[in-house]
Amino acid sequence: MPEPAVSDIPLLRIEGVAKSFGNFRAVDKLSLDIRAGEFFALLGPSGCGKTTLLRMLAGFETPDEGRILLGGNDIAQVLPHARPVNMMFQNYALFPHLSVRDNIAFGLKRAGMARKDIATRVAEMVALVKLEGLEKRKPDQLSGGQRQRVALARSLARRPQVLLLDEPLAALDKKLRESTQGELMELQRRLGMTFIIVTHDQEEAMTMAGRIGVMDAGRLVQVATPRNLYEAPASRWIAEFVGDINLFNGQVAARENGRLTVSTSEAGTLAVSELWPPVTKQVVSVAIRPEKVKLSRRAPASDAGAPQAINRLEGVVIDANYLGGVTSYRVKLETGAVVRASMANTARLDVDAYLAGQRVVAWFTADDCLVLEQ
Amino acid sequence: MARTVTRLTRFNMTSLALGLAFLYLPIVILVIYSFNASRLVTVWGGWSLRWYHEFFNDRAMLEAAWMSLSVAAVSATLATLLGTLAAVGLARGERFRGRALFSGMLYSPLVMPEVISGLSLLLLFVALNAERGFWTVTIAHTTLTMCFVTVVVQSRLSALDRSLEEAAMDLGCDPVRAFLMVTLPLIVPAIVAGWMLAFTLSLDDVVIASFTTGPGSATLPIRIYSEVRLGVKPEINAICTLVIALIAVIIVVASFASKLSSSQGESAAPL
Repeated sequence: MPEPAVSDIPLLRIEGVAKSFGNFRAVDKLSLDIRAGEFFALLGPSGCGKTTLLRMLAGFETPDEGRILLGGNDIAQVLPHARPVNMMFQNYALFPHLSVRDNIAFGLKRAGMARKDIATRVAEMVALVKLEGLEKRKPDQLSGGQRQRVALARSLARRPQVLLLDEPLAALDKKLRESTQGELMELQRRLGMTFIIVTHDQEEAMTMAGRIGVMDAGRLVQVATPRNLYEAPASRWIAEFVGDINLFNGQVAARENGRLTVSTSEAGTLAVSELWPPVTKQVVSVAIRPEKVKLSRRAPASDAGAPQAINRLEGVVIDANYLGGVTSYRVKLETGAVVRASMANTARLDVDAYLAGQRVVAWFTADDCLVLEQ
Repeated sequence: MARTVTRLTRFNMTSLALGLAFLYLPIVILVIYSFNASRLVTVWGGWSLRWYHEFFNDRAMLEAAWMSLSVAAVSATLATLLGTLAAVGLARGERFRGRALFSGMLYSPLVMPEVISGLSLLLLFVALNAERGFWTVTIAHTTLTMCFVTVVVQSRLSALDRSLEEAAMDLGCDPVRAFLMVTLPLIVPAIVAGWMLAFTLSLDDVVIASFTTGPGSATLPIRIYSEVRLGVKPEINAICTLVIALIAVIIVVASFASKLSSSQGESAAPL
């Protein structure tokens, strides 16, 4: 699928924005550029300040410091109703006394649009979110998924420059959430609108967003594409927050030809490819994602002639959890450390399965490892 | 939402019957005796509408009833206006200095003995040299009933999802418009219920009214009270039955209004 046209000029520029509630610093001198047409996700654990940041963009909170520039104009002090930004609320906040049609038309009436144009736009929105036939219903006569669509249509109806989505899918069940994720992406691509979504669900962020900003304690700790976030996390905290990871603490023993040798107490000596920027500290963690750890009954053939070093760890399978698409194993090493490995179930019959108690070799290449400073 | 149904045992039936009889038997007797043809209150002389007829020809009583109804209507309206504003201030306003004090003082009429409220209002009106009559009773009843309106409206407001107002602002309403277009329609049932509560409270008040009213402007309860001191006339039974009927209608309407109100726009959080 073609990428949406994302321009290089930032549409929204957040500059040194800070917000405190009493003694609690919810957002701490945060700066971020968001480009027009981008699907951006703010990801973080609860209480990290992501919702506060979103509410400052919508105008429900005023920053203590900093500027929020939208198309070059500082909107930090502008009231919500005067911003060309709309928000979709987590609990949808549909007006219970108004029908679906009047909910969607609400913002258009306030904008002083002509009656005929409102009717056209509402019909267009209803078609966009596939709610035909439900226009006269009240919100309490709709299912959760339908309410979510009404909320989306209502926030899109004014054609905002930026659409803010606060945990838009949190109230939906898993199947509906997945299909709605696809629809949201498709919609965003079609409208070419800038979407900023707040979520605590990393899978959701990774599926939908072009770029993800990870927040922790009011700060933006990394802004990256989903792939870079997962494969090159900027810190140990991010590596552990996004996805599963095995971590071994150790010291850099040698460094040559772009390869580090790290001696760890838990997994012996490990060969790791140097990342850019290179680590400067001696004390590091070697990190490896479970799906990059392979298991085999015997040690793989020696890497003579192979360009990359292979790390081999011998151990015993302590448990194997069959999850459908993958099986996740835990392997206990002689040192007592546990390595998690997940292997795709590529065959229907269990020829490749390992059983608890079986001796195996867990191995991974130097390129698949990450070195993270502690 | 299945509610467990308790079976009515013989014991439960008996205690229920006794309890209801204790509460409502006096009223039932009063209503029955209001249709009594006899001049003596305690002697049954057959069914008749004579005393209702008597009442509708009793000028003084009718004037008192009219006075009571108009005091109740005006004071309930004033109390609803002020009480709703206070509720909005408490539930939606920024945290202002002295908020706790304001809220405490607002609710003090709920617990203040009526004799004290009445006496202090009387002293105030005397000090101001105000002529006592319709307006003094109305003002006194407004101060008494305002807090009840505030309680009803405030509880409704705090149950209302705050993000509804934010959504209205997000969609182009300034804060005042957001209140008028979204919040107000959703709290109207509570406001109506509050008005009716204030109306009935004003209608059956004797103590405060007797302190603050002047000569020639007695409310119905005061009038009834002074008549009864000279002996109970069957006409009083007829008047009381009419008042009971009026209040019953108001209470039924008010409870429907508040039921309607609580079914709409509750915050999404599970209760």
